[in-house]
Amino acid sequence: MVFFFQNMINALQWGSFYALIALGYSMVYSILMLFNFAHGDIFMVGAYIGFGVSTGLIALTATGVIALPNWLILVLTILFSMFLTSLVGMLVERIGYRPLREAPRASAAITGLMIGIILETGNLALLGARRVSFPSLIETTTYNLGGVYITNKKIMIVVVSLAIMLALDQFIRRSKWGMAIRAMAFDYLVVPLMGISINTIARMTFAIGSALAAVAGILFGMAYPVLDPYMGILFGWKAFVAAILGGRGSIMGACLAGFLLGFIEIFVAMIFPSTLRDLIAYSIIMLILTFRPHGFFGEPYSAQLRL
Amino acid sequence: MTKTDKKHFFSRLFSGIPVLGWLLGVLIAVLLERYLGEALAEILGLPKIPVLFGFVIMLKKPALIPGSLAFVILIYILPIWIIARLSAPATNAAAGFLVRRSVGLSAMIHLALLYACIHIWSDISAYRVLALKLTLISIMLTLSLNVVNGYMGEFSCSHPGFMALGAYVCSIFTVGPFINDRFFDQAILPLFLAPYIFPVALIFGGLAAAAGALFVAIPSFRTRGDYLAIISLAFMFIVKSLIENLEFVGGPRGLGGQPDLASLPTVFIWTVLCVWIINNFVRSTLGKAMNAVRDDELAAAAMTVNTRNTKMTAFLFAAFWAGVAGGLFAHVLRYVNPGTFGVQNLAEVLAMVYFGGLNSVYGSIVGAVSLNLLGEALRPLELFKWIIIPLLLILVMIFRPKGLVAFKEFDPRRVLQPKLKSE
Repeated sequence: MVFFFQNMINALQWGSFYALIALGYSMVYSILMLFNFAHGDIFMVGAYIGFGVSTGLIALTATGVIALPNWLILVLTILFSMFLTSLVGMLVERIGYRPLREAPRASAAITGLMIGIILETGNLALLGARRVSFPSLIETTTYNLGGVYITNKKIMIVVVSLAIMLALDQFIRRSKWGMAIRAMAFDYLVVPLMGISINTIARMTFAIGSALAAVAGILFGMAYPVLDPYMGILFGWKAFVAAILGGRGSIMGACLAGFLLGFIEIFVAMIFPSTLRDLIAYSIIMLILTFRPHGFFGEPYSAQLRL
Repeated sequence: MTKTDKKHFFSRLFSGIPVLGWLLGVLIAVLLERYLGEALAEILGLPKIPVLFGFVIMLKKPALIPGSLAFVILIYILPIWIIARLSAPATNAAAGFLVRRSVGLSAMIHLALLYACIHIWSDISAYRVLALKLTLISIMLTLSLNVVNGYMGEFSCSHPGFMALGAYVCSIFTVGPFINDRFFDQAILPLFLAPYIFPVALIFGGLAAAAGALFVAIPSFRTRGDYLAIISLAFMFIVKSLIENLEFVGGPRGLGGQPDLASLPTVFIWTVLCVWIINNFVRSTLGKAMNAVRDDELAAAAMTVNTRNTKMTAFLFAAFWAGVAGGLFAHVLRYVNPGTFGVQNLAEVLAMVYFGGLNSVYGSIVGAVSLNLLGEALRPLELFKWIIIPLLLILVMIFRPKGLVAFKEFDPRRVLQPKLKSE
């Protein structure tokens, strides 16, 4: 039982990365009906930006230019990285997606893939092939709850990601911008006639998704402090599958599916040899999609409307 | 001279030459390179014959740019153009005669000429042979993916998976009986039988891929939409993970020691076969039904097209050819490991399809050949190759969203017939 709870905690942590990244996919997919295949690499860029900002702030503190406590550095890192990564996301939208608004949807998928490759290679060219390690911003404290070991980082990761998901949910549900996003997801042709610019909404969606990916990147860097330029690929594709599993345009769905994927992966690795992880995880996903092709919360729809 | 006149002048330079004429020119050019290349390279100050039209050497040593340019012009461009131009009346007559006799015969002669060209061209270095084989395999892969993504208008991501199935099944059929390996203690069949078994092994590889495709097709073609993309992606990961866990084919270490069966003629014949069959397939009633399903599924169903069967058939057919290509791939490299068939491979194949052009056999050939050539030519740039090629693809997608040569029908008769001067 202790073992089970221990894995539960790990799965929650692992799932929150997937959930945060899946949200970005899901939002873009709901509005533009496009797969943003560059999103996994935006996660990577976010992690690297977080690395850059935090090492910069630490260096400034060390040299005595400014005096910041560690928690403030963390908060500032998250905020700055969210901002910078959302700029990257908007740039990606401007270059890779806006010129292709009238093109077949698959073409935009290709530009996304290619932008992803450029981001990876660009990173490799700028920073070289060495792996960088994320600075440890908070001291790791381990709590022992009846045999289950919980670190404060794990708690922080889960709490921060849940808080961000809740905030996003409230934003989509309560604010005017959120209403515009929901309307755009509902009907992409009529909403521009109501005076809402699709370009603005698309840019905003990319910005929000990228900011979430940046948070995921920083949290990932805190949990597993080794970054490499290709870390976004596997995470990205898995989160993409989770986003679809959640259902088109459903925030709840993407989060749930992200956590579910985390749970499946951790528990498969717990019961079976860990090499079977992908095999079983994807088989389960295929089974779910066979019986529930629209995902958990998706509405049946016809893709033909927008082809 | 106005601009239109100039264009006219240029188009007149190249018009009126049939494919036969161009092939003849290329044949003479490669023969020239074979027998005079060394001497000419020495005169121009090049260390050896530029292996890939001078691209590589130009990027490596900028000082040699004039020399390699001169080499390319003297060996390739001028002879090809002069021979093609001068022989145009004769080749036109010959092409006309052949097409009137029989299109099949004409096609055979053209292909034989083409093979002679690439054989002589690639004879100069082992690098050229390998690059050529991989390009031919890319053509097969691209074309088979184009059937699904272009002609059928779905978005399939499982091609690396099919390729892996084909590669492994085919390798088991050749490594098992002919090479002393972990399958059996001894080789149970003598090696000279292997070339006869190889086609069967390839077909089994293709069939295995098609059987795998069934797992994707059954759940995803119940409804239309993006499920194929997801399910095929999941399938790709499943296949990769499955192979990594199968100890008897080497697991993550891969499977090596395939006999050297995929020689250049073998790969060439299979590629021609693939292009010919796929071209006939997409021009058949079934192929047109596929297009109808893509454009409007409801209308197609109303016109008595059995949409689900059409999609299934086309998907399995495409998977079969991907499997065959995978089998050839395994025997060209003589080693496969599951890591080859991942997201990287998927991105490459997708790029070739969309770069070349959807719904077009020409497009697939153009896409596969140009991206392979580009990949090899930009190799000296190392890392920056992976910035230039994606940038180029993004530009193509922005300015020609459907690819370079999209929606063009490949009609052998029109290709082979004589080109009369348009005066």
